[in-house]
Amino acid sequence: MSGVRVLVGTRKGAFVLTSDGKRDRWDVSGPHFGGWEIYHLKGSPVDPNRLYASQTSGWFGQLIQRSNDGGKTWDPVGNKFVYDGVPGTHQWYDGTPHPWEFKRVWHLEPSLTDPDTVYAGAEDAALFRSTDAGQTWQELSGLRGHGSGPRWQPGAGGMCLHTILLDPSDPARIYIAISAAGAFRTDDAGKTWKPINRGLHSKYIPDPAAEVGHCVHRIAMHRARPGVLFMQKHWDVMRSDDAGDSWQEVSGNLPTDFGFVIDVHAHEPNTIYVVPIKSDSEHYPPDGALRVYRSRTGGNEWEALTTGLPQRDCYVNVLRDAMAVDSLDSCGVYFGTTGGQVYASADAGDSWAPIVSHLPAVVSVEVQTLP
Amino acid sequence: MIRVVLPAHLRTLARVDGEVLVAVEGSATQRSVLDALEARYPMLGGTIRDHVTHQRRPFLRFFACEEDVSHELPDAPLPDAVASGAEPFWIVGAIAGG
Repeated sequence: MSGVRVLVGTRKGAFVLTSDGKRDRWDVSGPHFGGWEIYHLKGSPVDPNRLYASQTSGWFGQLIQRSNDGGKTWDPVGNKFVYDGVPGTHQWYDGTPHPWEFKRVWHLEPSLTDPDTVYAGAEDAALFRSTDAGQTWQELSGLRGHGSGPRWQPGAGGMCLHTILLDPSDPARIYIAISAAGAFRTDDAGKTWKPINRGLHSKYIPDPAAEVGHCVHRIAMHRARPGVLFMQKHWDVMRSDDAGDSWQEVSGNLPTDFGFVIDVHAHEPNTIYVVPIKSDSEHYPPDGALRVYRSRTGGNEWEALTTGLPQRDCYVNVLRDAMAVDSLDSCGVYFGTTGGQVYASADAGDSWAPIVSHLPAVVSVEVQTLP
Repeated sequence: MIRVVLPAHLRTLARVDGEVLVAVEGSATQRSVLDALEARYPMLGGTIRDHVTHQRRPFLRFFACEEDVSHELPDAPLPDAVASGAEPFWIVGAIAGG
């Protein structure tokens, strides 16, 4: 019988949650790397036993861990992330030039075709790639070398490259997003990049046509329709039908359009999920009620999903990498909170139950659908 | 042999218990000890000092014979008691964070 493996990164370690296809009984293993911040773990789509994890610490810096047995055992691999050439400067919070400094890896994206190839999104914003299973890393410096690089500025959480989407229909096309520079696309496998932020409007940017400076929180796509993108921006939920060349707002009837996560149903390319957060200064759900919102129309028309979720006294956040979907026949949806809960729905969001309730603050959630 | 005391997280990473022993070539200095340590335990590369600049990570300190030697030059000789193995070289994580 098929099953799922949920990979959870937290402020104090990684956890691996496994279940059969019913998804009602769970085994929990961890903490792996106890005491370390685990920003992200993700498995190879080609070899589900090949996992990569980003392990960081303010004391000891960045490590990358690799597992070849589905997370039972791990080995540290290469952690040398060096910017290509002279790093140069970006803007600091006060607008002054600030040297590019590597701090950590926010997101790891394994290749769709090769288990030994994996991309890493870094802070300060840069994209790295390894083709030897994480032993060595090379920067795809055409991104940072885009002419706008000196004007990029960190968001409150740092200048992080947090989203990497690989186009399953075109191996040369990659989308990335940076807080708070915006979204970018390459059509030549990372050599050159273009900003794809037309149609985004941010109150704090006076220029309505600003090429960069937008605080994109997350982008999602469906594998069957890779030219259609959905974005949770700082404020506003957005949609693009032309691979990011232009964006339209689809916040519709959401109670607030601030938030971090966004994801797409595994089998319905027009069904999307967000978790509205009250505001940029109050990072918790409105009214103390944790609600996932689902749109079956690709945005604009949203329904609140509340069954099994706390509807009072709930003041957690759901961070940008902390939602995922499985690809079982009845699509499973998962998300983690800063309160240490990981919630699962085995019926596409109609009802929810916690898998675990008392983990450290959850930073990321990924899920693997196992044969 | 030089005795080195690692912080708990780095002992876990290096898969060792207690002190580790490293042999250095030439005189015992911060640089030669860390070179030998990273050669013996490659997974520690980048966790104590920067891969490229070899600058000590900001929240780590080096102690020898109960003295903070963090700001000594990397090629300055460590005390004889460390060089002889009578005393360990301590790598200590700052008390910070939560």
